[in-house]
Amino acid sequence: MIEIQNLTKHYGHIKAVENVSFTVNKGEILGFLGPNGAGKTTTMRVLTGFFPPTEGKVKVAGFDITEKPLEVKKRLGYLPENVALYMDMRVNDYLHFVGRIKGLKRKPLLKQKVNQVVELCGLGDVRKRLIGKLSKGYRQRVGLAQALIGDPEVLILDEPTVGLDPKQIVEIRKLIKDLGGERTIILSTHILPEVQMICERVIIINEGKIVAIDTPENLNRQLSKKLTIIMEVEGEPQKVVNTLGGVDGVIDVKQKVKKKGKIRQYEIQTVPERDIRKELAQAVLENQLGLYELRSIEMSLEEIFLKLVTQEEHHA
Amino acid sequence: MLNSAPIFKKEVGSYFLSPMAYVVITIFLVLSGYFFYSSVAYYSLISMQAMQNPYMVSGLNLTEDLISPVFANLGIIAMLIIPMLTMRLFSEDKKSGAIELLFTYPLKDLDILMGKFFAASVVYLTPIAITLVYIAFLRSMTQLALGPILAGYLGLVLMGEAFIALGILISSTTENQIIAAIITFGVLLLLWVIGWASSFTGPTLGKILTEISLIKHFDTFSKGVIDIRDVIFYLSFTFYSLFLTCRVLESKRWRG
Repeated sequence: MIEIQNLTKHYGHIKAVENVSFTVNKGEILGFLGPNGAGKTTTMRVLTGFFPPTEGKVKVAGFDITEKPLEVKKRLGYLPENVALYMDMRVNDYLHFVGRIKGLKRKPLLKQKVNQVVELCGLGDVRKRLIGKLSKGYRQRVGLAQALIGDPEVLILDEPTVGLDPKQIVEIRKLIKDLGGERTIILSTHILPEVQMICERVIIINEGKIVAIDTPENLNRQLSKKLTIIMEVEGEPQKVVNTLGGVDGVIDVKQKVKKKGKIRQYEIQTVPERDIRKELAQAVLENQLGLYELRSIEMSLEEIFLKLVTQEEHHA
Repeated sequence: MLNSAPIFKKEVGSYFLSPMAYVVITIFLVLSGYFFYSSVAYYSLISMQAMQNPYMVSGLNLTEDLISPVFANLGIIAMLIIPMLTMRLFSEDKKSGAIELLFTYPLKDLDILMGKFFAASVVYLTPIAITLVYIAFLRSMTQLALGPILAGYLGLVLMGEAFIALGILISSTTENQIIAAIITFGVLLLLWVIGWASSFTGPTLGKILTEISLIKHFDTFSKGVIDIRDVIFYLSFTFYSLFLTCRVLESKRWRG
C-alpha cells in the first residue's frame, strides 16, 4: 500500500531524513518510534504530499507522490502533530467543509459520513460548539475525525495521543486499533507501550535513519523488560547451545566471546516472566559441562530504547 | 476542473463570522457616503450659483462634476480597504499551521488560491453593490446618463480584483498579517502615484511610469470611458499576481 524507497529530505544543510526505505502492507498498522527530532514528522509530511522528498520514491496505493499528488491525497487521511484547526468554525461546519474538500459532493452522503465520524470520535456533545472553545482532547478528536472523513484507505497519524487524558488515550488507541484491518495506518509516537499495544510492525528511527524494523513480538523481546543471561561454559559449543536451548523458557542462545581453552561466553535470551537461572545451571551440570559464570542483565524498556538510539548516534 | 467551492464557502464564512467583513463594509460605506454627500452638496451649490449666472450653466456637467469625483474617491477607499481584506488570506493559515492540512487535502494550489480570491472579492463587491443605492437616489432626482456610471463600476471591479490579487500575493509570502497589510498598502500607494514622477523624468521613463500607474488607468473609467487598454491592464495585473502567488505556494514545497 505504501512504498518508500531511499527517501531523503534535507532542509538546507540539515539532513532530516536519510535513505529511509520501508513498505507498509494493506491493512497493516505501522508504528513509527523515535525521539523528538528523529525525522518522524518529516517522513510523514513527505508521505502526505505536504512537501516533496529531496531524493527517493514514495508511492501510496501505486501512485507516486510527486507525479500524482492528487490521487495520493484522495486516499489519505492525515492528523498532524499540532492540529491547527479553524478556531472560529463549529465542529459540525468544519467536518462538512473537510468532507466537501474530500469529494463528498452530495448532501445526504456528506451528512451521513459526517455523522459517522462524529459518532466514531465521540464528538456528539460538542458538534455545535466552536472549535476554539474546545479542550485539547476534543480538538485532537476533531483532528482525528477530519482525517477519517471520506473513508481514506491510508491514515497517517502524527502522535495521535499527545495531550489527551489517560481515559481518552485508551479510547483513541482502541479506535485506532479497530480502524486497522481495512485501513493502512502509520502512526508515530515516542511512547513505547503505545506501539506495543496498537502496532503490528514497528520502525525505530533516529537522526533520520532507520535503526530497526520489526514486529512488536520481536521488539517486545528486545525492548520490553527482559532477562538476558550471560554464561561462561566449558564444552563443545554445539553441545552447549543444544543443552541450553533445550531448557524450558529459553528463547535464543548466542555464542559470544571465545575465552581461554574450551570456555566460551554465551548470551541467553529468556522469557521475562520467570527466572530460569537455576534450571540453566542444573542443565549445564547434568550434561557434564563446566560452569564458570552465570549472571543476568536486566534492561528496562527505556534503557534499551535509549541504547538503540545512542548506538546509532555512535555510528553517525 | 477547479474544486474551489469548499474553500470559497469557508473563507466567506470566516469573513462574516468574524467582525472583519462588517467592519470593512461599514467603513467603506461611511467613507463613500461622506464623499457622495459632499460631492452632491458641492454640485448643488454650484448649480445654485449657476442659476444666478446663466453664463456658468454651459460649463455644468453632472458626469464630470459629480459622478467622476465620486468614482475617484471610491477608488481611493478601495485602495485603503483591500489590504485589510487580503492580509489574512494566507498569512493566517501559515501562522496557525492550518496550511499544513490544507496542503494535504486533495486540492490543487490553484483551487485554494481561487477560493480565497473569490471570497475576498465577494466581501469587496458587497459595499460596492450597496453604493448603487446612491446612484438610484441620484436618479430619482435628476436625469442621469447610465453609460459613464457603468464604466465607473466596471473600473472599480477590475481595479479591485487587481488589488485583491496583489494583496493575496503578498499575504502568501509572510505569516504576519500586519506586515502583509502594510506591504500591500505601500505597494498599492506607490503604484497609485508613481505616474506623478513623469513630470520630472525623461520622456521614455515618464511614459513607462504613467503606464504602470494605477491611477492613470482608473481615471479613464471614472471619467466614464471604457478603454480596452485599461481593461487589459487590470486583467493582466490580476492574472500575473495570481500566477506569482501560485509560484510562491509551489516554492514553499521545494524549499521545505
